[in-house]
Amino acid sequence: MFNFFKKDKSDKIEKGSTLKQRLAKSRQKLGSGLSSLLLGKKVIDEDLLDELEMLLITADIGINTTDKVLESVRQNASRKVLKDSDSLYEFLKDALTKLLIEDNQLNTDTNETFVILVVGINGAGKTTTIGKLAKSFQNQGKSVMLAAGDTFRAAAVEQLKVWGERNEIPVVAQTTGSDAASVIYDAYESAKAKNIDILIADTAGRLHTQGNLMQELEKIKRVLKKHNENAPHETMLVIDGGSGQNAINQAKEFNKTVGLSGISITKLDGTAKGGVVFAISDELKLPVRYIGVGEGINDLKPFNAKEFVDALFE
Amino acid sequence: MFDNLTERLSNSFKTLQGKSKLSQSNIKEAIREVRRALLEADVALEVIKTFLDRVQEKALGLKVGEGLSPSQAFIKLVETELTDIIGGENKTLDLKTQPPAVVMVAGLQGAGKTTSIAKLAHYLKERENKKVLVVSADVYRPAAIEQLEVLAKQVGIDFFPSNIDQKPEKIVADAKRHAQKQFHDVLLVDTAGRLHVDSEMMDEIQALQKQVNPIETLFVVDSMTGQDAAHTAKAFADALPLTGVILTKTDGDARGGAALSVRHITGKPIKFLGVGEKIDALEPFHPERIVSRLLGMGDVLSLVEEISRKVDHKKAEKSVQKMAKGQFDLSDMRDQLLQMEQMGGMEALMDKMPGMGQIPQSVKNQMMGGVDTKRMVAIINSMTPKERSHIKLIKGSRKNRIAKGSGTGPQDVNKLLKQFEKMQKQMKKMGGGKMQKMMAKMAGMQGDNGAPAGMPDLSKMKLPGMGGGNKFPF
Ligand SMILES: Nc1nc2c(ncn2[C@@H]2O[C@H](COP(=O)(O)OP(=O)(O)O)[C@@H](O)[C@H]2O)c(=O)[nH]1
Ligand SMILES: Nc1nc2c(ncn2[C@@H]2O[C@H](COP(=O)(O)OP(=O)(O)O)[C@@H](O)[C@H]2O)c(=O)[nH]1
Ligand SMILES: [Mg+2]
Ligand SMILES: [Mg+2]
Repeated sequence: MFNFFKKDKSDKIEKGSTLKQRLAKSRQKLGSGLSSLLLGKKVIDEDLLDELEMLLITADIGINTTDKVLESVRQNASRKVLKDSDSLYEFLKDALTKLLIEDNQLNTDTNETFVILVVGINGAGKTTTIGKLAKSFQNQGKSVMLAAGDTFRAAAVEQLKVWGERNEIPVVAQTTGSDAASVIYDAYESAKAKNIDILIADTAGRLHTQGNLMQELEKIKRVLKKHNENAPHETMLVIDGGSGQNAINQAKEFNKTVGLSGISITKLDGTAKGGVVFAISDELKLPVRYIGVGEGINDLKPFNAKEFVDALFE
Repeated sequence: MFDNLTERLSNSFKTLQGKSKLSQSNIKEAIREVRRALLEADVALEVIKTFLDRVQEKALGLKVGEGLSPSQAFIKLVETELTDIIGGENKTLDLKTQPPAVVMVAGLQGAGKTTSIAKLAHYLKERENKKVLVVSADVYRPAAIEQLEVLAKQVGIDFFPSNIDQKPEKIVADAKRHAQKQFHDVLLVDTAGRLHVDSEMMDEIQALQKQVNPIETLFVVDSMTGQDAAHTAKAFADALPLTGVILTKTDGDARGGAALSVRHITGKPIKFLGVGEKIDALEPFHPERIVSRLLGMGDVLSLVEEISRKVDHKKAEKSVQKMAKGQFDLSDMRDQLLQMEQMGGMEALMDKMPGMGQIPQSVKNQMMGGVDTKRMVAIINSMTPKERSHIKLIKGSRKNRIAKGSGTGPQDVNKLLKQFEKMQKQMKKMGGGKMQKMMAKMAGMQGDNGAPAGMPDLSKMKLPGMGGGNKFPF
């Protein structure tokens, strides 16, 4: 999904990379979506529902959410609300969209330094998303600073520093092994002193099942709160778009420990559809902030529910 | 979160009682339950279809009534088939070639390739005494080369330097030449993560493969991957002569359906499991473990077997009766503790329990919190029988005596008493009626065609509650 033309890796500032164009590409590629499924069908029968189930499940929407959606299709079909496959198409899109939050946009306008704490499991794409976010905020005319809160993974600090250089913005860091909460707090002090608009704090990847590491996150949040009860203004969970149903557990556990305010989904430039986000958004009522569509600095898009749902069916 | 498959299957087989063979309609319903379990586990839909066709065929002739209930027999069939598919024989690395034996990894971004390379290096160095060289051909991800360098230093193996201005093909060619000259036994080649739809990058890795001609080309896949694992695995298997798979991040609570998808689609064996971030967190693959996880039911069969082998039935039954009557005391708790110890301790048991996969480590830690069986038993041993049944007596000087007698401190005695009280409270909460119901349920799990319940015992009684968030009382 959100497939697009791969270009020279060194030149990630690609041309023609609007989501629309990418979607156009994926449309050419995947001819087996719902539109073709419904083409020529006049009646809604169990065969069609089976095919729909397949489509939803292979998009990682999950059997539970799929059942929920198909159940309402069945009901409406039997009550003759859904007369044909055209109305079915619209109904489905609507049912899925309803699982999402209406307003997903992250608003960073405050009269103080807006702090974004980025959390998630290992390798989800946190650091890369931070690099792209910094660019996007700078494009909006905001000043940005980064905090290297992953003090665990080998060369994680160096990785964030490269993103700092690419963005030409400061990165507050200590050595690997130092206390993450103190790195992030130092960065916050520094950002405030310099009147920075947005501070984005990276954290080490951790599985939501690792109690002690989850407590460390909780501590980071507590330390920030002690100095400003509004901070962090956004606690963003980054989810790998290729992940399956386990992402629901991830979201629940992170939410329990640090109280999430938004999620972002990465790696949607492949064939993964990120469908698990429906169940997450539905259960936790969390907005989806951004989607990652590549490894380049510009490969980040604000989430758009309509486009996202449309892309499932193309 | 996930219902226990065993229980669900018992429902499908309710109508079967008395018959000795599974019928088409029984099977259909049971198949539907298994399908659901596999979908919840993220097995790719197309793989599920093929798999279930196979199961259906075999289930038709399945005999029941030879000690196993229909649902047990069916689950056993499913387990056997899954293990069969997931298993495969050739599980270790094959490094028998003219040195240096080259091992290359491939996979998506963030799957765990670099970490796995470091783990493999550690494994080969420590266990097989190999002289290992590592090299990174990842010139794209920021600080990817530094990451491998740092890890190599940690492991204490040789690192072949590269930099982002070099061509990956040249990097690996130089590294291989260097390994030859320096008489390294093994060269491990780390590569950049890539999407299977990125044709340029897929071309690149094909070129790398041809350049170094690895004896092992391992596909690294994140155990949390969803349905897309099928597409990905297919594309990588088409592009490269894969020899095996490394399944990473299995220390989480993912059901790991990707394991089945990837195994089925590539036809290559899963050789290692990544079980943590540390360099020694790499384990040889155990198909049984993944299978029971896939089904979300823990290692039920072996747990049942083990418990019935080791549990002292009379004592266990007595405890349960006392529990139901609210008379459970510290000597019963001691019996439980000792039995648990016999079965390999709390941790071994927990690993096998259904639903445990869904329980976060934090909760597990809490449940295990301070479970020091020997110490607890020593404390109880230092009490008089009267004290064991009347814990209110244990105060001041008695407490000190018990602490001294068991070589612990008064705070340890307090801790034990607290845990015991918590346990009692929980039993009260469950109440007699609920307890009976649970026992009936347990009996159902044992043999849903009315076979005798076997051995009710505490550790097992708790099973149905586990997924519901009930904590172990101690
Ligand atoms: N194709 C693609 N790769 C991504 C995307 N976001 C991150 N990645 C890659 O995923 C890998 C892990 O990302 P990283 O930011 O280091 O993850 P972290 O461990 O969560 O910080 C890196 O190789 C990134 O380049 C994305 O949107 N698309
Ligand atoms: N918990 C856990 N984390 C792992 C495991 N394997 C790798 N990781 C983590 O996953 C992230 C991505 O790993 P990395 O080796 O950089 O992935 P690569 O992009 O494929 O090279 C890092 O944060 C690793 O520490 C594992 O088995 N368990
Ligand atoms: Mg990171
Ligand atoms: Mg890597």
